[in-house]
Amino acid sequence: MNNVVVYLEIEEGVAADVSLELLTKGRKLATTLGVQLEAVAIGSGLDKIPAQVMPYGVDTLYVADDKRLTFYTSLPHTSILVGLFKDIEPQIALMGATSTGRDLGPRVSSALFSGLTADCTSLEIGDYTDAKSGKEYKNLLYQIRPAFGGNIVATIVNPEHRPQMATVREGVMKKEILDADYKGEIKRIDIDKYVSSTDFVVSVLERQMEKGKNNLKNSPIIVSGGYGVGSKENFQLLYDLAKELHAEVGASRAAVDAGWVDHDRQIGQTGVTVRPKLYIACGISGQIQHLAGMQESGIVISVNSDPDAPINAVADYVITGTVEDVLPKLIKYFKKNSK
Amino acid sequence: MGLKIVVLAKQVPDTQHVGKDAMKEDGTVNRAALPAIFNPEDKNALEQALRLKDRYEGTTVQVLTMGPARAAEIIREALYRGADGGAVLSGREFAGSDTLATSYAISCGIKNFGDFDMVLCGRQAIDGDTAQVGPQVAEKLGLPQVTYAEEIVAVESGQVTVKRRVERGVELVKAPLPAVITVNGSAAECRSRNAKRVMRFKRALVPSEAQAQAPAYPELYQKDEALNIKEWGVKDIETDVNMLGLKGSPTKVKEIQSVSFQAKESKRLTSSDEDIDGLMKELIGNNIIG
Ligand SMILES: Cc1cc2nc3c(=O)[nH]c(=O)nc-3n(C[C@H](O)[C@H](O)[C@H](O)COP(=O)(O)OP(=O)(O)OC[C@H]3O[C@@H](n4cnc5c(N)ncnc54)[C@H](O)[C@@H]3O)c2cc1C
Ligand SMILES: Nc1ncnc2c1ncn2[C@@H]1O[C@H](COP(=O)(O)O)[C@@H](O)[C@H]1O
Repeated sequence: MNNVVVYLEIEEGVAADVSLELLTKGRKLATTLGVQLEAVAIGSGLDKIPAQVMPYGVDTLYVADDKRLTFYTSLPHTSILVGLFKDIEPQIALMGATSTGRDLGPRVSSALFSGLTADCTSLEIGDYTDAKSGKEYKNLLYQIRPAFGGNIVATIVNPEHRPQMATVREGVMKKEILDADYKGEIKRIDIDKYVSSTDFVVSVLERQMEKGKNNLKNSPIIVSGGYGVGSKENFQLLYDLAKELHAEVGASRAAVDAGWVDHDRQIGQTGVTVRPKLYIACGISGQIQHLAGMQESGIVISVNSDPDAPINAVADYVITGTVEDVLPKLIKYFKKNSK
Repeated sequence: MGLKIVVLAKQVPDTQHVGKDAMKEDGTVNRAALPAIFNPEDKNALEQALRLKDRYEGTTVQVLTMGPARAAEIIREALYRGADGGAVLSGREFAGSDTLATSYAISCGIKNFGDFDMVLCGRQAIDGDTAQVGPQVAEKLGLPQVTYAEEIVAVESGQVTVKRRVERGVELVKAPLPAVITVNGSAAECRSRNAKRVMRFKRALVPSEAQAQAPAYPELYQKDEALNIKEWGVKDIETDVNMLGLKGSPTKVKEIQSVSFQAKESKRLTSSDEDIDGLMKELIGNNIIG
């Protein structure tokens, strides 16, 4: 009872990275609160899930494995979570801020009348005093998220209603195995207890999913380009440098919007969050929304023709110059010195 | 076969084009400095509705917005593009609603139009960026939902076929009507205003605007029903006031901070060969690259 529960997003029998990241965060929250970490797996062909997720410190794994659940649809997943949550009464429920989590989370929160905060960038435990009633609440979940286009950060709490629900984007939390031999319990869910036949009225006729194309999130070095790169052709300079450094190429939204780079390479508040060892920002001005996705990088190098670009404030090395001029030199002197 | 469609549209501050004056010194948002616009993805939803109207004779499109009376601007914009009518859900009881209380209010407003086959809304509003209202309205109405719609492909024998654009691909799904569909920004862009319709509907007003402005040709409003945009308060719809506003909102804002980043002490370099050569030696020496 009153544990922390994570909804596992599953594609072809494998739990998504974002779910593993949430398990890591959920484990820490559960430990802080002195409660257990639970996870819910819904789908079909889930045999490999326990071995995959237990090492993150899962105490109880609920499994709903049924042919009818092969593809995600909103209604049966909602019914299972709503029914299960009524039975196990978690205090906190977390899910990925993915197309699935953002379809499911609001529906579940509406059915349970519990608050939900989307796209949290940080989750903490803390106390809260209601300004009006003066009532004090201990150990609430602080759901921290950017608002108003990233210009402010708001801390949201759900004092009265449970579970306290939040979604988090992929890459925002770090995933970390707690103990390879962690032993949790598996509980099978009898889905007919929760789901009715009318939950299957929506059918998936066709489905074309791509595997993640790049490895931006896990790359230790990222060469990232913005509007200042100037053209799709010039982006080749970034790919050339990335190849030498065994790095991935990232981008700002302005570069993505210009059509120079694919959307899945966008870094920032509405893109991926990265924390590489080295981040080379080329022709990126450094607006808040971009910084939000890379501020935890180890070393930051900025290549910008404007000596006062905002990104320079968070850079360890500021190279004042143009992309066209500086990038070929970076390649040249890397080759020369790494021999 | 005519469909009865309700489109949900919100008037939002233009957060995508914020200038330096968007934030006040105390870290709160300076709403006055941000122009109010038609939430972009709600325009995509409107376009999907208008396409169904083009395709299926007898289809009607009503637009619902919750907000102050000036949000009637959104209804007018929709009338200019082809909607049949609309309503503004307004009143201080609605103020301070989080997404759940908003969804409850909107679901009550939708029922006030009478029977309907489809509710179309945007995936998310750019002020809150939550994408919660669509699915929550669906739950409140007890209807199936299809989110991230890119195209409504067909409506046949009481079923709608929708192409969804999700993170890693596309999906084709079929759902029974009535249903709630949230439309993605990747869907077809909304058509522009129709000049004739602008001439006709620029006079369309909600009652409180009509009172304030005393329009020049009052008899027009009796002759042309569509010029009367509806304005509904809690008394006009069936609703439980305890579920609205702050009372109906489980989430509370604990605090708001403006964003600041820790400035680092940086090394300044030029693009000269010596500087770049030195930088590379340093990075390789420190095992950062190489
Ligand atoms: C709700 C919301 C969410 C957003 N989410 C994101 C997000 O996730 N990620 C994101 O990146 N943005 C996001 N943005 C957009 C963000 O506000 C900025 O518009 C964007 O990051 C700017 O990209 P940029 O720095 O590449 O372009 P610009 O701001 O145009 O900067 C270009 C830079 O290049 C420099 N430059 C020009 N020519 C050269 C040259 N030849 N060589 C070197 N330097 C040169 C210029 O001095 C300038 O500093 C979001 C905005 C909103 C409102
Ligand atoms: N106040 C409102 N009035 C009308 N529609 C709304 C309102 N708030 C949200 N919506 C609809 O719900 C969608 C999602 O909003 P949100 O959950 O706030 O991101 C929007 O794109 C609108 O279609």
